[in-house]
Amino acid sequence: MRLEPHLTQRLVKTLLWTLTGFTLLILIFIIADIAVKGLPQVTPAFLTQDSHDMGRAGGIFPTIVATAYITLLAIVLASPLGVGTAIYLTEYTREGWATRIIRFGSECLAGVPSIILGLFGFVLFVLKLGFGWSVLSGGLTLAIMVLPIIIRTSEEAIKAVPQDYRTACYSLGMSQWQTVTHIVLPSALPGITTGIMLSIGRSLGETAVLLFTAGAALRTPVSVFDSGRTMAVHFYILAREGLSMPNAYGTAAVLVISILLINLCAYTLMQRMMKRYS
Amino acid sequence: MHREKFIERVLLLLALSSVGSLALITIFIFLEGFPLILSAGLKNFILSSHWAPTKGHFGILAMIISSVLVTLGAMVIGVPLGLSCAIVLAEFSPPRLKMVLKPTLELLAGIPSVVYGFLGVIWLVPLIRNYLGGPGLSLLAASIILGIMILPTVISISIDALTAVPDPYRDGSLALGATRWQTVSRVVLPAARSGIITAIILGMGRAIGETMAVIMVAGNALQIPTSILDPVRTLTSNIALELGYAAGRHREALFATGIVLFIIIMVLNLSATLITRRR
Repeated sequence: MRLEPHLTQRLVKTLLWTLTGFTLLILIFIIADIAVKGLPQVTPAFLTQDSHDMGRAGGIFPTIVATAYITLLAIVLASPLGVGTAIYLTEYTREGWATRIIRFGSECLAGVPSIILGLFGFVLFVLKLGFGWSVLSGGLTLAIMVLPIIIRTSEEAIKAVPQDYRTACYSLGMSQWQTVTHIVLPSALPGITTGIMLSIGRSLGETAVLLFTAGAALRTPVSVFDSGRTMAVHFYILAREGLSMPNAYGTAAVLVISILLINLCAYTLMQRMMKRYS
Repeated sequence: MHREKFIERVLLLLALSSVGSLALITIFIFLEGFPLILSAGLKNFILSSHWAPTKGHFGILAMIISSVLVTLGAMVIGVPLGLSCAIVLAEFSPPRLKMVLKPTLELLAGIPSVVYGFLGVIWLVPLIRNYLGGPGLSLLAASIILGIMILPTVISISIDALTAVPDPYRDGSLALGATRWQTVSRVVLPAARSGIITAIILGMGRAIGETMAVIMVAGNALQIPTSILDPVRTLTSNIALELGYAAGRHREALFATGIVLFIIIMVLNLSATLITRRR
């Protein structure tokens, strides 16, 4: 028996819309559950007090400091490398074997799962170089993790800068480097910022890498050689060891909301830039 | 001119950072793990499921099987949901709805895996335990959570693949009297095939490499599962669970497990890249 095409279409469309609705419901549920149970925990005291009794009581201040410290380090290390790579790929070389190898390397790096990066950071930074479980080891490993994100977004941003801008610069007698620093980079800045913000978002949520490179000491790290427990690691430990459900939800709320806000800003920034140049 | 040349050199050096990091990662994982594969024997390593690292038994077969099953389960759940979303958003939804939903779904890619794992433990595991039996922490729970986690990847790449199909294809088919669904199923989907396959492969890579969410919901029992309600321990969770205290050959064995995982993921990523290239 063959169904009438319009009937088939109606059936299929109903099925597809139902599945789509279901997917959206799951995702809304995730956000809603975290927000409803977590937000009431998030008081100024929760954000600014030390943790007590392994995180059962008190706030999450040390983990906020550790997260900011490690993320900042990763971004400071990865940004010049990533933006430099993007400039080289777009402005300084033609497509050829060199660009192909670099792009391939960056694509593969993006696919390396975090547990492998964790293993690598553990053996190289923690053990071989003797940095121990520290902010430094965590930051270095995270820098490698976010490098492909920064390369990809910066490359897209630089490519979106109209060719006319460059031609105009050369016709004024500017050198290539002057063109890059005075015209191309400032024009591509929103896109590059997007990449950096996406990297921050990614770093905030990372657990597997940091568990084995930054450790889990629940103290506010001061030196780069101190161990630091990030919010995501703290949340994992609270949840897995069943230490405190309210505090776990509270930490999750802070974590998820900051990541979503950062990603939202990144997205709007990129949209605005793409609109300007297209 | 001299200065320009110097700048180019410096930039080239920076540009080698990603390839360099990848090389370093590969070298260190292999240096740490390969000696164990040699001394224990490849056959005893990947074809035995006797894992007693303190007594010198390093068989990871049970974990390989668990990883594969969890990933397949995730595909069974994530691919139909993800593809439906992508088709609806790219082909059937009003443009304004798409403009809101696509970024929303992409934002969700940012939710950390520990959060998925946590909600799995709170909501999904009790449901499975009460209604289907078993301990709840299971192959099924891990598959469902991973299936949800890969949705943003699958949806966003599939939407891009569908949108890349030129409109004249659709117009031609509609002009011949085909319905929208006939157009989508016979013209657009086949034309977007390679992109969709890439989406699925990358989703697989994401699922097999995922660690934290799986540790939290899979139960981590060392066995070859006989039912979807059995607890399982994947390659990734085994590394994460034991790295904290492992030493000597035990630690080498965890790095060797990392090698196996690394190879699986590189093969998946390479095939995704090759498929995209051919298009």
